[in-house]
Order: sequence, then C-alpha cells, then structure tokens
Amino acid sequence: MRGPARFRSMQTGWRWYEIVFWAAAFAMLVLAPSRLLLLNEIAIFALLALSLDLILGFAGIVSLGHAAFFGVGAYTAGLLAKHFSEHALLGDPTIGLGIAALTAAIIGFASSFLVLRGSDLTRLMVTLGVALIVQEIANRLDWITGGADGLQGVLPRPVLGAFEFDLYGRTAATYSLVVLFIAFVVARQVVHAPFGLGLKAIRDNRLRAEAIGIPVNRRLIAIYTLAAALAGMAGALLAQTTQFASLDMLDFQRSAEALLMLVIGGAGNLFGGLLGAIVFAIAHDVLKGITAQYWQFWLGLSLIILVLFARGGLTGLLRLLYRRVRPEAAP
Amino acid sequence: MTNPALETRALRKTFGGLVATDTVDFRLEAGARHALIGPNGAGKTTFVNLLSGALQPTSGSIHLEGRDITAWPASKRARAGLSRTFQINQLFAGLTPLQSVVLTLAQAEETGGGSAGLMDLFRSAGSNGARIEEAAAILENLHLGACLDKEIATLAYGQQRLIEIAIALAAKPRVLLLDEPAAGISQEERELILGVIGALPSAMAIVLIEHDMDLVFRFARSITVLVNGAVLTTGSVAEISADERVRKVYLGEGEHA
Amino acid sequence: MLTILLDGVAYGMLLFVLAVGLCVTMGLMNFINLAHGAFAMAGGYVTILLMQRAGLSFYLCLPLAFLVTAAAGLVLERTLYVRLYDKSHLDQVLFSLGLVFMAMAGVDYVMGGNQQIIQLPPELRGRLQVPGGSIGVYRLFIIAICGVLPLGLQQALTRTRFGSRLRAAVDDRRVARGLGIDVAKLFALTFAFGSGLAGLGGALGAEVLGLDPTFPVKFMIYFLIVVSVGGATTITGPFFASILLGIADVAGKYYVPAIGGFIIYTVMVVVLIWRPAGLFVKAAR
Repeated sequence: MRGPARFRSMQTGWRWYEIVFWAAAFAMLVLAPSRLLLLNEIAIFALLALSLDLILGFAGIVSLGHAAFFGVGAYTAGLLAKHFSEHALLGDPTIGLGIAALTAAIIGFASSFLVLRGSDLTRLMVTLGVALIVQEIANRLDWITGGADGLQGVLPRPVLGAFEFDLYGRTAATYSLVVLFIAFVVARQVVHAPFGLGLKAIRDNRLRAEAIGIPVNRRLIAIYTLAAALAGMAGALLAQTTQFASLDMLDFQRSAEALLMLVIGGAGNLFGGLLGAIVFAIAHDVLKGITAQYWQFWLGLSLIILVLFARGGLTGLLRLLYRRVRPEAAP
Repeated sequence: MTNPALETRALRKTFGGLVATDTVDFRLEAGARHALIGPNGAGKTTFVNLLSGALQPTSGSIHLEGRDITAWPASKRARAGLSRTFQINQLFAGLTPLQSVVLTLAQAEETGGGSAGLMDLFRSAGSNGARIEEAAAILENLHLGACLDKEIATLAYGQQRLIEIAIALAAKPRVLLLDEPAAGISQEERELILGVIGALPSAMAIVLIEHDMDLVFRFARSITVLVNGAVLTTGSVAEISADERVRKVYLGEGEHA
Repeated sequence: MLTILLDGVAYGMLLFVLAVGLCVTMGLMNFINLAHGAFAMAGGYVTILLMQRAGLSFYLCLPLAFLVTAAAGLVLERTLYVRLYDKSHLDQVLFSLGLVFMAMAGVDYVMGGNQQIIQLPPELRGRLQVPGGSIGVYRLFIIAICGVLPLGLQQALTRTRFGSRLRAAVDDRRVARGLGIDVAKLFALTFAFGSGLAGLGGALGAEVLGLDPTFPVKFMIYFLIVVSVGGATTITGPFFASILLGIADVAGKYYVPAIGGFIIYTVMVVVLIWRPAGLFVKAAR
C-alpha cells in the first residue's frame, strides 16, 4: 500500500506538461520568426509576473508597487549599456543583467523591512509608496535618467560578446527566453523545497508558521529580495532589448498590469504568471491596435470580470478540467 | 538539582485593566504529565500563549530548560524544543496534511545543523523519501492515512483537529503544550488522541489543558488549577480531587457543564 | 508661516472629507476599496458638468455632487461590492483597481484627459489678511465646511440610532445581526454616504488638488496613508492624520521644494516604524 504513488502532493520532479510547455516555448523561436518581438515581450512580462507570484501567490504579500523593481532594473541595465558600450565586460548585457538584478535586490531588501509590518492595508500603502518614491527620484535625477523623455542612447553590446541584437528580435527573444527559463528553474527549486512550503505556511497562517519554528520575518525578507531581483532582471531585459528605459516602466499601471497577468493565469503555482503573460501580451498587442488610448478600460474590465467569475485563473481552470477527466488525479 | 523543563517566575499579563495572568510561578519537570485546569475565563489559553511566545508578558520571566526565553519570539522557542497545539485550529489551509508535517519535520531538522540545514531548505521537499515516510507514519498513527494528499481546507473538523496534533508532534518537542486538543470531536477521536499522547516518549514534558475531567484524570499525574489568572493550587491528581476549594470553583461547575 | 499652516489645515481637512468614507468602509466592512478616489473624481466631474453645461451655481453643485456620487455608490454597492465582502483582501484590491481603471478610461473618453478648471463664485476668490499671514477665501470656505463635517459625523455616530447601530456593527457584525440590525442595509447606506462624502470632497477639492482622469491613482497613496495612520475605528484618528499629512505636505513643498515631494513618504515610513498599527490606533494591549 505504501509507496511513492501515495505522495502525489510531494512530487517535485518535472511533470510532462512542464516539459511540453518549455519545449513549445523554445520551438516558437523557430516556428514564429515573424513574431519574435512579441515573444520577447511575453518572456519579459512572464518574468515580471513570475517574480510577483513569488511574493503574492506564495508568501501572500499584496503589492501595488512591484514596478519599482522592474524600473530600477531597466534603468540600471540601460545606464550600463549607455555608458559602458565600449567596455567588453561592463557593457555586456549579461553583466548588465546581473548588476540590475543586484541593484533591484538591494532596494527590495531595504524595503522588505517595511513590508514585514502590519496588515494588508499598510502593505498596500508601503509598496505603493516605495514605487512612488523610486519614480519620483528617477524623475528628479533627469540629468542621469533623461527624466520624462526617457533614457536615450541605450546601445547594448552583443550578448556574451557574440550575439548581436537584430531587427527581427531573434537574439532578443532567445536571450529573454533563456533568462526566463533560468529564473523559472530557480523559482521552481525554491518553491518546491521546504523553503517554499514554509512560505505557503506563512501565507496561510502566520501564527502557526511561527509556532512550528519558521523564522517568518527572515523568510519574507529573503523572498521579497529574490522577487525584487527577478523583477529587476525583467526590467533589464526590456531596457536592453528595446534599447530604451522610461518613467512609465516604474508606473503604477505597470504594477497593476503585473497583478492582472497573475490573476489571468492564477497565482501560487508559477505557471499562472507565465500563462497570464501570454494572454496579456497578446491582448495588449491586439487591443492597443484597436483603441490604444483606452487600454486602461480593458485592463479594468478584465480585472473585475476575473475576480467575480474566474478567480482561479487559467491554471485553476485547467486543474478543474484535469480533475473532471481524472477525478482521482493530483492537485 | 537539574533545571525544570519549563518554568515561569512571577509571570504577569494584563490587558488594559484586566489581569489575565496574575503572578504565576509554574514549574514543569522533564517527563511531566501535567494538566492545567480552571473554569472558563481563568486565563489558561493566555498562559499557553505566553509560554509559546504568541503573547509577550507584562512582567515576569519564562525559562526553558534553564534558559531565559522571555524575550524570544515564538519561532525561536519552537526551534528550542517547545511545541504547542491551538484551542482553535491554526492550520495551513492551502497545504495538504503531508506537506504540513513534512514542512514541520524539515523545520525541526534544520534547527540541528548550520549550513547543511540551509542546503536542505532549498532541496526539493519531495526528494527526501525518509522524511516523507516519517511524516506519513505520524499522520497514519492519527488515522489520517486516507487524507494525506487532500487540501486541509477540504477536510472535516475532527480530522483537522487531529492534524493540529500531528503538526505539534512533528516538531519533535521536548516540551509539548496541548490546548484543549479534544474540543468538539467524537468520542472515538478522543480515545485516539489519548492513546497517541499516552504513547509519547517518557522524557517529553507535556501540559494538557482540558475541560473534560475524565480525560484529565486518565492522562495527568499532576494538576495545576488556574482561577482568575492566578494559580489556586498545584498538586497530584489525588490531592487536587480531594481539595475542597477546587471542588468549589471548578469540579462542582464541571458536573453540570 | 501662518499662511502655510492654514493652507496645510485646509488641505488636510479636504483630505479628511475625501478619505473618511474609506475609513468607514475599511472599519465597518473590512473592505479595501481602492476605487474610493474614483468616487471623489466623479464628484468633481459632476460639479464641472453641472456648472459648465447646466449653468448651475457652485453652491448648488456641492450637495448635488454628494447626492450623485452617493447614488452611484449605492448602486455599485448593491450590484458589485456586496459580492466581495467575504472575499480576500487581494480580490477586493483587484476588483476595486479594475473599477479605478475603468473610471479613468471612461472619464478620459467623455471629458478628455486635460485638467478641468472650476470657476469659483467671485466672493470665494481672493485672499483674506489675518494677523501673521494671509489665507485664500476659498481655503477658509473649505476649512469651514470640512470642519463642521467631522463634528456632525461625531454627533451622528454617538447620538443617533443609526450611529449606535453602526458602532454595534463595527464592533461585532454577528452580534449586531443577532440584535436584529439589518447589517446589509447598514452597509449599503454607509457605503453610499462615504462615497457621497468623497464626491463632495472631489467637488470642493477640484480647485485645490486639480482634476483630471488620473485623480484616483494620484491620490490613492494619500487615502491609504490617512487610513493606515489614522486607523479605521474612530473619526478623530483619520481627522488628525489628515491634518498632519496636509500640513506636512504643504509645508514640505514650500520650505524644501527640492525634496518636498518626499515628505509624505517620510512621514509614512517614520510612522510605520514607530507605530506599525497606526498613529491614532488604540494599542491592543
């Protein structure tokens, strides 16, 4: 009777659908050569949503200011690419990516201490406040950041000194997708380990999590810092592949969009953010073409509809279908 | 003389003007089977909350195996070997029983070892087969074998009550505080709990808070009676059941409760 | 100096009227309504429309702004908000954010994205000299109206039957229900009233705060600070929090313009470190 089959909820090996998903994602590089710029955008959004999922879906921290880290990463990578385009090491996109992640992580670490305290309400206030502060600083330092005009003259060197960014987005999409995949593997490892179970425990019942010895504050600081680093990488990718960074990367709307992606896909399972980003990016692409100005309207309407009628998101829907097909099957 | 497993000195807790815990000196020897009784509102749960670190005392001190833990947060006390259950279920609704217990086991092991513990924190929870088997055994011992993989939120109240205990045991405590573990469950589950805690290692010090006198007398070797936040008396089961004052404030009331 | 102080007080009182409805929904229904600013914006635009298109007097527009937004609040509460009372804070945040974005896009579509300008009646323009400084007549008008409101609210809460029921429901919803109080009706009326106050604040504040479709997002942080710092269980907490915030913001922007924009955030961070549960919240101990 006893055997590994009994412990489905502890299974942590790669599942078939994960392999299919990633195989399909990389196949798109070859199969859709005309949509590589969109693919690049999807990968970047997915990384942003993935990073938000770590703190929201797993640790239960509601954030209205995740764009702060995205923007910091974008400006860091953009400035490096702008000022060190002659420097073989500092000018390399991968190094820029790393430094951007580090910078975002430092800001995430510093602000995490404020997020530890208080209720959902104070967390909303703090996350929103931190994002506004960062945006205001970027605005004021216009001799560095370009202010409202955005950061011009971002000219990233070839990735690893070998892969030049091209007009069709081949290098960009490949680069972003590889970074997303690496980030996914890291996040996956983190959430499937006792560390990740502990985060869910903190989310579900902080009192009990403390009672079984989980150092709650230390864990929250750790995951908030990691999420900030990943969001910073997403921003860095956007700045490097579009050769531009601007204040709207720090905007409140960006934070809300990240939330929307997560709600579309479903929070707390890593794939939600990825699927949400795909739907979001495609919808964005289509709707912007029709009514560019009123994108906000669709953003709002989808949030309301999803909350009222489809709270589990796409992954919730898929799970429901899967259960219907195989009633005894796993979560 | 060796240090007691758990000790409080002049422990006091007030909420505004209300004295919830009134200068309590409490001593729990290693291996004790101790019951904490008292009428409703006597401050039993407040006392447990002070011991476990869920509340901070107004004054006084708490000592775990001789170490002053008064200023320690709850998580540090838990890592030092103090485990508890809650009167009202405090579970991880989105996890499965197996995940909850595996997590608690991992947490208890992490306490042991520095960098190895850190490594383990990030190793897939599913890769440690021995730990999963151990967790399953703890749950099966509490007749929870059939719901290892179900989300806790979907389980019946009685089962959740048993998970409450399974988690506390998985922490491998040296001092265990059970806050009305049998509240609101069936007679069958009550016997099950009594059997499980009766079979715990004899070195473990256990405090049981309970209203059911039958359960108290079957489990405890010594009893402390708490009234209005203060210790009325402490003694052996025989002494307490012979004590007139206890009869008056508590047992008399217990009969028609 | 006094000028700054008075300006700050006027600004703070305006913030109070804008945010007090949010405090009540937060305290009573434990509902995080990020769309509160959208109701304020609605009040502002109602005033603009009535004044510009229907030619109504400013004084008449103020109560109308209250009534129209209160009615809108009532309708939305009964149809949509009521479905979210027992949902998680995250759901409430997402839902109300959705409303915010729809409102912003809707207003942009109908009224355009530019700043709206309210033509104040002539008697409200100009400045009044007071010993030690001067104050705009309109600011004084705001102080008068917004000063009377909390007093009235306090009276209504402590003296009326509705107020005592409301306080009972804030204390314990289940017990209130047990006492035969129609909590759902109470919620709806309170929500409508809070939205109405926001609308009134939006109408009053259009001249001071500016009015364009980004209003709900621009002032969201102010509302959140007022509620978190002032707490959601009293009227006085949010009131003093608003005044404090108003003075800090005005004084900061005046005296140290280079970093004035950061003053409110500094206030926020300091308060959080000092009193994580809020400045005017009675300590739970």
